[in-house]
Amino acid sequence: MSGSFDILIVGIGGQGTILASNILGEACLIENRHIKGAETHGMAQRGGSVESHIRIGGEFGPMITPGQADLLISFDLLEALRYSHYLKKGGKMVVNSHLVLPTSVYTQKLTAPSEAEIIAALKKHPLCLLDADSLAVEAGSPLSANVVMLGAASSVMPLKPESLLEAVKRLVPKKTVEINVKAFEAGRALGGKC
Amino acid sequence: MERKYLLGNEAIAHACIESGVDFVSGYPGTPSSEVIDTLRIRPDRTAYIEWSVNEKVALENALAAAWCGLRALCTMKHVGLNVAADPLMTSAYTGVTGGLVILSADDPFAHSSQNEQDTRCYAHFARVPCLDPASVQEAHDMIPEAFQLSEELGLPVIFRPTTRICHSKGDVQLGSAVTSTRKGEFHKDPRQYVVIPAHTRILHKKLNEKQPVIRKKLVEKGFNRCQVRGNTAIIASGIAASYVQELLPAGVSFMKIGAYPIDEDWLGEFVRKHEKVLVIEELAPEVEEVVRQVAGIVPVFGKKNGYAPYEGELSPTAVVAIMEKAGFLRKNPFPPVQPVPDVPARPPILCAGCLHRSVFYAMKKVYRDAIYPSDIGCYTLGLQLGAVDTTICMGASITVASGIAHSGEPRDVVCTIGDSTFLHTGIQGLLNAVYNGANMTVIILDNRITAMTGHQPNPNTGTTACGVESPPVSLEAICRACGVTFVESIDSYDVTGFVNLLQEAKKRKGVRVIIAKQMCVIMARRTGVKRGRYMVDTNACTGCGTCVRFGCPAIEFADEKARINELCNGCAVCADLCPVAAIVREGKK
Repeated sequence: MSGSFDILIVGIGGQGTILASNILGEACLIENRHIKGAETHGMAQRGGSVESHIRIGGEFGPMITPGQADLLISFDLLEALRYSHYLKKGGKMVVNSHLVLPTSVYTQKLTAPSEAEIIAALKKHPLCLLDADSLAVEAGSPLSANVVMLGAASSVMPLKPESLLEAVKRLVPKKTVEINVKAFEAGRALGGKC
Repeated sequence: MERKYLLGNEAIAHACIESGVDFVSGYPGTPSSEVIDTLRIRPDRTAYIEWSVNEKVALENALAAAWCGLRALCTMKHVGLNVAADPLMTSAYTGVTGGLVILSADDPFAHSSQNEQDTRCYAHFARVPCLDPASVQEAHDMIPEAFQLSEELGLPVIFRPTTRICHSKGDVQLGSAVTSTRKGEFHKDPRQYVVIPAHTRILHKKLNEKQPVIRKKLVEKGFNRCQVRGNTAIIASGIAASYVQELLPAGVSFMKIGAYPIDEDWLGEFVRKHEKVLVIEELAPEVEEVVRQVAGIVPVFGKKNGYAPYEGELSPTAVVAIMEKAGFLRKNPFPPVQPVPDVPARPPILCAGCLHRSVFYAMKKVYRDAIYPSDIGCYTLGLQLGAVDTTICMGASITVASGIAHSGEPRDVVCTIGDSTFLHTGIQGLLNAVYNGANMTVIILDNRITAMTGHQPNPNTGTTACGVESPPVSLEAICRACGVTFVESIDSYDVTGFVNLLQEAKKRKGVRVIIAKQMCVIMARRTGVKRGRYMVDTNACTGCGTCVRFGCPAIEFADEKARINELCNGCAVCADLCPVAAIVREGKK
């Protein structure tokens, strides 16, 4: 078994899971650590459920086995529930409280669990629930919600916050560095209290 | 020497630059597209780079460059190799002088594909070498070797990454970029390049004579390697080798296959040192068949005796299951877990404001009881709207439509095809349908881009892969040149106009073409088109659900009323559809 720290980032296509994965990758480079990852590209991204596997210190394959993840970061409540079985016993969960119901719920009149039901189910695991969308807006752009999430998760990741912040600065568009630094710090402040 | 965190395809692209690639061609296809996308946007690019109109065209171009002594790369997805199979098979006979690497990306589990075919079978069939990387780093490291191997053997080399290589990431040790000084020069040699029967019989013999040399070379180069550690052995290839390495118990021997054809003498020697052998590979039993040929009395476990699946992709969990079943693992390190039941699925969906959705709506309204052949593109998602009855391969919407029309099926036949797919292999089908007098309607979904694979330009876009302006192509003129007399273009968002036009088309006989034009909504957003959002006037909304049934992800329904969320791109089609005019532009009540 490899001693990797396995993080699964999930969300809906377009929410910025790929940038989040790149930031973690860059932070690993800064700390001179190996990293492996796998993610969803192509048409599957069009508003579908997406997942990004990240194995910090990974030496072998890129895929995380269900029941083995150390950390689940979810950009959406329902997606957190969908992938919660990936967490190992005691694995932590950092979840955005925003919920987008799949269009099929409206067009096919499917029943979806309520927010309260989802949160109750997620509480089986150590859970850090935050309103990343609002924090991102406060930081200056709703697009920075993914960086808020990384900030919130930073206290449970085996990476130095300075490395993560440096990676954020290197990878986000130049014009948005200030916003994203604020977003990271806002997430970090909240994540520390979870 | 730099280390970077890269997508497999980006690492492959970088390795091509390190190999001093001169000529690049390909057709986009998931999971291969980002190789050329990475190369074409580099400001320091020196190679000639093109998006070709299809894979056959791409391969023939690359082959010609390699005949001129250049290093050429040709990329496609696995099913693209079917389109390019014609030049592939004979290019093995003619060989090459410059290095030719054909990247054909396989998609086990068909994440974004119509089948799970295995490119290694094509390499076997064509008798050319095939490299099969197990990790992003190995994919990177194999590329310079692939060019060298191609030049040394005078043969095209197939490079076969899978989705879990192309779309995996890793920290990759990169080499330095190399700027080539090669200039293409064609040396006339009809015995090599003109495959008339008298020449080709000799070329075929030469190809066969190269085979033992290839097998030995692949072992010498270290692509295929082994370590004897006990009485039992696991042989694995591709990404499966990475999974096995993580799980390999102490005292079990391991052989990693990274290249084909496999040297049987070398393989046989390894296998015979063991009491039993397990073969773990994705898709076809390419390795297993050779192992069985050389195994003699050594028992072999694999697909052929039910220990491993033929279909789908492998994963650490799947590899554990195979190892346990074959008695190679005493304890499962991964206790099984169950996903939470009944979480509503979230499949990919046409974007809010997608031009295809309104076309499908109009099509289904006018041609209520019709057959809808369709094609490969984002619009295949029209399946969710009941607007897609068939999809088989690129360009097959028009041909399947004409086949159904000629079969005596009494219902109308209306097919849909995107502009890039039409230019890929649709034109031939249209020509054939007109020539043979089919009765059918063709709707070309024209967003002027190859959207599904990541917005690559095509001849209809107006720019080349590297952003150079290209001569405009008229889809209308192409259709008329094929002999179609009813050719009409319309804005896809004009639902009322579309319905009227389709009613007009329905009255006619023969092949009718409607070209539905609108920008891909993702491109519109990127290029700064701002249409303003729409909202529901809740006082006027009767909760009839007409807009919800349109299936746009921007439209929700709660407390018996419709609601438009922040995904709205302002196409305004729902405002047209609302029977009580309750949908209005934000700020314009």
